[in-house]
Amino acid sequence: MAAEKVYHNKGGAIHVDIACDVDLVRLALSLTSLPVLDLIKRTKKLMADVVLSVTVPHTLPLNEQICYHLATAGIGPALNKLNDRSHASGPEEYLGQAVLLADSFAQQFRPITDERPKVLLPLVNVPMIDYTLEWLASAGVEEVFVFCCAHAKQVTSHLEHSRWTSQSNFTVTPIESRDCVSAGDALRVIDQRGVVRGDFILISGDTVSNMSLKEVLKEHQERRKKDKLAVMTMVYRRCKPHPLIYQTRLGSEQLLLVVDPSTKQLLHYDSMKEAGGRESTKQQTLARQVVLERSLLADRPAVQLCSDVQDCYIDICSPEVLLLFTDNFDYQHLRRDFVRGLLSDEILGNKIHTYEIIGDYAARIDNLRAYDVVSKDIIHRWTYPMVPDIRFASPETGIKIGRSNIYKEDGLVLAPTTIIGPSTVVGSGTSISDNTIIRNSVIGRGCTIGSNVVIEGSHIWNNVTICDNVQIRHAVVCDGVNLKARAIIQPGVVLSFKVVIGEDFTVPAYSKISLVLQRHEEENSDEELEYAEAASGVAGSAPSPLYDGMNGSQADDGEETPQSPRWDPLQVGLGGAGCKWSTGQDDEWRHSVAPIPPEKIKEIVAREEEAELEDAARDMTTSSRKDNVEEQPDDDDDEDADEEDDSLFFDKEVEALFSRAVTGESSAENVVLEVDGLKLAYDRSFSDCAGAMFRALLNLAAQGPQTTSRELVQNTKQVLLQWGPLLRRFLKHQDDEMEVLLVFEEVCTEDRKEYAPVFASVLQELYDKDVISEEAIIAWASEKQHGDESDKIFVKQCERFIQWLQEASEEDDEGGEEA
Amino acid sequence: MGAMSFQVVVLAGGGGLSKELFPLVTKDLPKALLPVGNRPLISYLVELLEASYIKDLLVVVASEEAATLVENFISSAFYDRLRVEVVSVPEELETADVLRKISHRLTADDFLVVSGDLMSDIPVGAVAALHRRKDAAVTALLCGRPNLKSSEGSTGASSKDKTKQPVSDIIGLDSSQEHLLFLASSGNVGKELKVRRSLLRIAGNMEIRTDLVDAHLYAFKRVIVQEVLDSRPGIKCIKRDLVPYLIRWQLGLGATPAPASAVSDEGSDPPRAGSVENGAPAVSISGDEVSSLLQRVCSIDPSPFKCCAYVASPGKYCARVNTLQAYGEVNRAIADEMISLTQYEVSSHNNVVHETAVMGSKTTVGPHCMVGEGSQMGDKCKIKRSVVGRHCRIGSNVTIVNSVVMNYVTIDDNCSIQSSVVCSNAHLQERSSLKDCQVGASYVVGANQEYREEALAKKEKSSS
Repeated sequence: MAAEKVYHNKGGAIHVDIACDVDLVRLALSLTSLPVLDLIKRTKKLMADVVLSVTVPHTLPLNEQICYHLATAGIGPALNKLNDRSHASGPEEYLGQAVLLADSFAQQFRPITDERPKVLLPLVNVPMIDYTLEWLASAGVEEVFVFCCAHAKQVTSHLEHSRWTSQSNFTVTPIESRDCVSAGDALRVIDQRGVVRGDFILISGDTVSNMSLKEVLKEHQERRKKDKLAVMTMVYRRCKPHPLIYQTRLGSEQLLLVVDPSTKQLLHYDSMKEAGGRESTKQQTLARQVVLERSLLADRPAVQLCSDVQDCYIDICSPEVLLLFTDNFDYQHLRRDFVRGLLSDEILGNKIHTYEIIGDYAARIDNLRAYDVVSKDIIHRWTYPMVPDIRFASPETGIKIGRSNIYKEDGLVLAPTTIIGPSTVVGSGTSISDNTIIRNSVIGRGCTIGSNVVIEGSHIWNNVTICDNVQIRHAVVCDGVNLKARAIIQPGVVLSFKVVIGEDFTVPAYSKISLVLQRHEEENSDEELEYAEAASGVAGSAPSPLYDGMNGSQADDGEETPQSPRWDPLQVGLGGAGCKWSTGQDDEWRHSVAPIPPEKIKEIVAREEEAELEDAARDMTTSSRKDNVEEQPDDDDDEDADEEDDSLFFDKEVEALFSRAVTGESSAENVVLEVDGLKLAYDRSFSDCAGAMFRALLNLAAQGPQTTSRELVQNTKQVLLQWGPLLRRFLKHQDDEMEVLLVFEEVCTEDRKEYAPVFASVLQELYDKDVISEEAIIAWASEKQHGDESDKIFVKQCERFIQWLQEASEEDDEGGEEA
Repeated sequence: MGAMSFQVVVLAGGGGLSKELFPLVTKDLPKALLPVGNRPLISYLVELLEASYIKDLLVVVASEEAATLVENFISSAFYDRLRVEVVSVPEELETADVLRKISHRLTADDFLVVSGDLMSDIPVGAVAALHRRKDAAVTALLCGRPNLKSSEGSTGASSKDKTKQPVSDIIGLDSSQEHLLFLASSGNVGKELKVRRSLLRIAGNMEIRTDLVDAHLYAFKRVIVQEVLDSRPGIKCIKRDLVPYLIRWQLGLGATPAPASAVSDEGSDPPRAGSVENGAPAVSISGDEVSSLLQRVCSIDPSPFKCCAYVASPGKYCARVNTLQAYGEVNRAIADEMISLTQYEVSSHNNVVHETAVMGSKTTVGPHCMVGEGSQMGDKCKIKRSVVGRHCRIGSNVTIVNSVVMNYVTIDDNCSIQSSVVCSNAHLQERSSLKDCQVGASYVVGANQEYREEALAKKEKSSS
């Protein structure tokens, strides 16, 4: 260092590099006996006018690097920090960063998530985010950036109090941002912060997995070495192919991945959800068909279509991914926008690859059904070592595991006649009275459960009070809920925090009840926005006016909810508290914790079969039609018909626009603009526009009072005089003019035969009004020369006129030559 | 051996109508008798079938004249070994119509339909065995696409043919590689490939392959095919209509083409890869009805239809002589790596020259060539990678490269033939030069003429 200083003074270097070699740093330290930071400060002081380049020694543990980073940032504005990326991403010392989105930017868990972020919801009595963090920590990830948006305070305070803060070689850094409404926004913020230095793992805080990341990271990095464009590796897992099993599993829509089996490159990503749900029959058949670009097959011997897969939403990303998000500010959704965008973008050529996990577990909890299924998988120990009897998240009381997956935490008070069935977890501090039966359920901590209670397939969180003779089946019951005696909770019900259900009341199936009022005005806004707004409204320190009436209803306040006279006893029973949320969807059953009712399954099966038959019928008709049109590709007929429809529609639209101009509703200028718009929308050419316009013009002229053909000509003349210039604007080229003539012929032979006798006169009119040039007419006539006799009717009619034109033009030519 | 009760239908094509092979195939020379490696094309197929102990053949030839010719050949060549029946059908019939026409002759439970222009060393018996074992409605033989590396030097391939898309198929197989889920020739598929979701849903996983070709050898279950052909008059072509129809139909009945996996996975597999699901039945157990329904849906009534595929192991040879380009390539291959198909004895020069062939001084016949019985060559001729037929009279200083010269062809001095096909009885006069040409039977190429990428044939012959 001292030497360098000397050199600087002598040679006037503008950069001074504090070496990244630990030994060198040590040497420098030993020479100066100053701490590194001090060293930098001194250097800075000495060379105030010089930009210092400080390389933080990447050989230090990552968290220390960050410290240096932050510290050096504080020293001075002229200080340029450089963290040499190429060094930092060396294979040995760098095991990985992860970006964890502690916000799903979706609303499947409402109304619960209005009060508590999803990642903190207990999953078998442990907050979801702890599963994710535990997995990342055990998989060797060193640094996790937790991106918090909704309920950021709750997430950060949870992290502060968790053991992750004290674990060595594993740092969890929260990043807060309030105004993000989507995963895309979140990644843009992360990009701005510049904390990600190399390949990173992108996951959401609701991922439960025990997969090893080493191999997928290695694969990704090796691929990257060969191909800089392989920016992302997506993890998927096989599951059963049948739709029913999908839905009973994770409730997610059917997914289709098209993968190149040799390179594992992802070629197509398609989820049924987006394809379905539209009305026209064509769309429906499309929904039943996957349309692949033929070009996908072009230079590949094979492609793999996988529909028996489940997207784990675990992505290994290169830093470029963040840049892509920043560049494309309209990317919101990771899959819908980003993956689709990347796959369809051929200019940059970025590639996504896939990785199939075999044997390991990974699942994302993005709806209540997934919540239920993953809970069960945890109880059945598929997620080992993330299982209830291994206390990974927080040092807690012990837990005993009995036969058939019964887990009992210490400190339980169980009446001897209580029956705890299989696959059940009961948390500590819970007391259960006589003759109560619990099966396939998770009971949280500190619950009080009365006698003769039946709980089946349900998720009871902490501090829930359940009085005698209550029945709960396949429901989610959040913290602090109070169920009065003899209440019946039907399948699919969600009771949010501190809801009270009155005595003898039956909560109908699939109801969602919360103390927080539903805000209806947001119903129409974008789904991603909705959650964030709602969430920040709750997370904000000042309750919004809506909450004034029910002070203290927020979970954070920790007060006992006062009985409010406003609760509707029809919704929660007498003495109950809470209001019902309407979701406006009739497919609640799809994503609820309750098993799909048999009649729904029957319905699905029936629908499937029906569609199948329909398809078969349709296929047969096309294939019998094929007899006439041999060797035609299958659906050509359909497309032709469509195209015809389109062109009819286009003509109609142009005519409508034109008539608006005629009636004075719209100016000619506007018509030009709008026809231009139509032209783009329907992908037409100028000649199509001109043709349609001319057709409209003729229709207009023919509508006028007319008995003789002379009057018709007069009318047409009038119309041409007025609108000819407008038509002229679409005639950019001789071909367009020809098109007009062809349309004219068509009109004369089909729609408006009255024009047929006056074809020549109108043609002359067109010529006189400079709508059609003589070149176009001559070209048209010469083109027709070789046609059928029937084609030549109109040419014959105009023979004299054409002859005259030809002579005139020849004269012109000669004149030109003479001159 | 298991194929004993198979009937075999050989669709041997006809004479003259085949545009692809103009002007090689004529009324006098039906496609089945086109010389390949100096042997009629169909003899290879018959021997292939014979190797699988299939001896009952029904050879369908379009047009009666051609049928007579084919019958004459087969009865003289195989009279002591096989029971071959030659049937003629009208020329314009498509393949499925042909099946309808001969349907009454089919009696065995299963039958094979094979295109008469197949050249292969794939054991047909294995296809038949798989068909039986799987109890499939149809089993198609698929094989790796012959690599087209040699296409540039191929015989008789004009550049017109080369600009054509190489014949290829788009084939969908399930993960076991045994079930056929999709079949279309690439010519019938537009820019977009449409795959039914229901199909994917049931199969779960489908691999779309373009590196396989359909060898046009199918094993069918007779009852099903007859029923389909009767009820669906719209089905005209086996490959384009019938097989896709069966593929569709196997799913139309809601059956799983991978029934084995569907059933066993629902039960209690040992936990492995995807078996995390096995933890799940607990979820749906709640109602017996639900699970029974699930059961029903997952494993219901085994479909009477199952479409299977026999994928030939790599390295097996499979080609169809259905284009000029293919004709040239097959001849080249026959004289080269597939010489084993011919059972000729290969000389130390790595070629097959008949003992009766006469060669002038300084005439060289290179490796991978064939010269037929009684052909004579003058001095200083050069023959490379070509097949020369029987009783040809070749003058001096003639170069034949990468070509096929059929029988009784007269080639005068100083001619040059490159990448061309010269049919029987043709006469090339002095110093004529051909490149990428096809010379029809009995055609006379004038002296000093030079042709490139042309099909030369006598008018009256080609008019058919």
